[in-house]
Amino acid sequence: MDESIIRIKDARKSFGHVHALRGVSLEVAKGEVVLVIGPSGSGKSTLLRSINRLEHLSSGEIWVENDSVTSPHADIRRIREEVGMVFQSFNLFPHLTVLDNISLAPVIVRRDSGAEAKTRARALLERVGLSDKAASYPDELSGGQQQRVAIARALAMQPKIMLFDEPTSALDPEMIKEVLDVMLDLAKEGMTMLVVSHEMGFARAAADRVVFMDEGLVVESGPPGELFAAPKEERTQRFLEHIL
Amino acid sequence: MSLNDSRSNGKRSAPREASAAPTITVTDSALIPSVGEKSLLSAWNISFFGAIAILILLPVLRPKPFVEILAFVPDGLVATFSVTIESIFFALILGLLAGLGRIARTKVINRIATIYVEVIRGIPLLVQLFYIYYALGPLLHLRGTASAVAAMSICYGAYLGEIFRAGIQAIPKGQMEAALALGMSRTTALWRIVLPQTVKVILPPIGNEAIALLKDSSLVSILAVSDLLRRGREYASTTFYYLESFTIVALIYLVMTLFFSRLVGIMEAHLRYHGRKHH
Ligand SMILES: Nc1ncnc2c1ncn2[C@@H]1O[C@H](COP(=O)(O)OP(=O)(O)O)[C@@H](O)[C@H]1O
Ligand SMILES: [Mg+2]
Repeated sequence: MDESIIRIKDARKSFGHVHALRGVSLEVAKGEVVLVIGPSGSGKSTLLRSINRLEHLSSGEIWVENDSVTSPHADIRRIREEVGMVFQSFNLFPHLTVLDNISLAPVIVRRDSGAEAKTRARALLERVGLSDKAASYPDELSGGQQQRVAIARALAMQPKIMLFDEPTSALDPEMIKEVLDVMLDLAKEGMTMLVVSHEMGFARAAADRVVFMDEGLVVESGPPGELFAAPKEERTQRFLEHIL
Repeated sequence: MSLNDSRSNGKRSAPREASAAPTITVTDSALIPSVGEKSLLSAWNISFFGAIAILILLPVLRPKPFVEILAFVPDGLVATFSVTIESIFFALILGLLAGLGRIARTKVINRIATIYVEVIRGIPLLVQLFYIYYALGPLLHLRGTASAVAAMSICYGAYLGEIFRAGIQAIPKGQMEAALALGMSRTTALWRIVLPQTVKVILPPIGNEAIALLKDSSLVSILAVSDLLRRGREYASTTFYYLESFTIVALIYLVMTLFFSRLVGIMEAHLRYHGRKHH
């Protein structure tokens, strides 16, 4: 696949003597939606966070488009502008209104004009169904609403890739759908997405590929239909029995 | 003089030596009333209004020395306040630098900030005052008030540095990460995302430090600064009304610190109950 927009080669990462990643290689094509599943502690977050260098790999290489993320000379801030990230705990800025949460980075990172950034922020809010919340503060919103704002905030930088680290795990069940719907829309529009999640409905509806990780390694991967119906590895089978 | 005083709200992470062992913390501000305490006979009410009543009654009942004392001594208030305010101003700057230095990833900066904090906190303020006034003052051509302000700022900067550090570290790591993920530099993220959230956490302890500084500013009376205490001493030594002079001085300090403590208490309650809405 020469259309790969993310290329990960033999990524290894240790925290002291904990080996979070033990040689992961993975390519994600432009427009592809890849779901990463695996037990807690298997290295899923570490893998995602290495892509925008919130974690520094111990060894191995990662490219986003044609830029090496892992090179010491990488212009990491420019790369991060291209890579949006959505966290399990939302991490909205509590001292800023919803609108400012979304428009701050475009203004101070990309030097957009304030008016332009606010116009786009309003459009994004409409897209995630929260037009009426522009002036609210994050702690006045439900978890599902906060996560939709967080997605809008990431999209405001007009990224080419979106990383989602368990975006619905901290949500009450009745709020999961509103977030997944936003993600589904994004997937349909052709966004490249790398999603850590165990939402099987989302996997079946949107994922092109599912990657199963365990103990810092990719155990197997394949289209959701195949992987869920007929996993090749015993570890995958056992894990799927737990979550399906 | 620490972030983990008994009235801190629970979200605040205790500074470094957090341990499971029970701790007691006796602060400079034991008299700050819990805001719920409405009783007319609260310790604060008795002390504050009692002190004011005595300040009024004494010159009425015994005009002889007290009217004169009250005319003479308050001149020193100007020096007391100007030393206090200037020292807080410079201590805040030093404290912010020290706090940022303590969390800096650059080893040298981190080391310098840590040494500053450790050294200064290990030397009594009075010794620092003498050191700067008598030893460094002549070298640096500092006059009395300026060297007093320098010493107080350097000393309190170290304590405020620890408050800034603890305040910054109390902000969840996810805030910095979210900002970095959006392409902000570490510095931008610190100024635009982390520090604004820190203000709410550190304002009450900084208020307490300011009150402590107001009290400690009386130490500068030993240098050639005509502050409140020094005015009291001057009056007493010429008239021999020691008891009367120092009673007035003590009462004036008491009224001031009680007043500002109340202010800090109200501010803290306000931040705790309403701060979340930012309106
Ligand atoms: N900052 C860190 N410091 C120390 N250990 C860490 C850190 N982050 C992750 N780990 C460890 O690395 C392993 C993989 O973690 P993580 O990538 O978060 O897994 P997952 O997201 O699949 O649950 C775990 O054993 C975890 O405890
Ligand atoms: Mg994780």
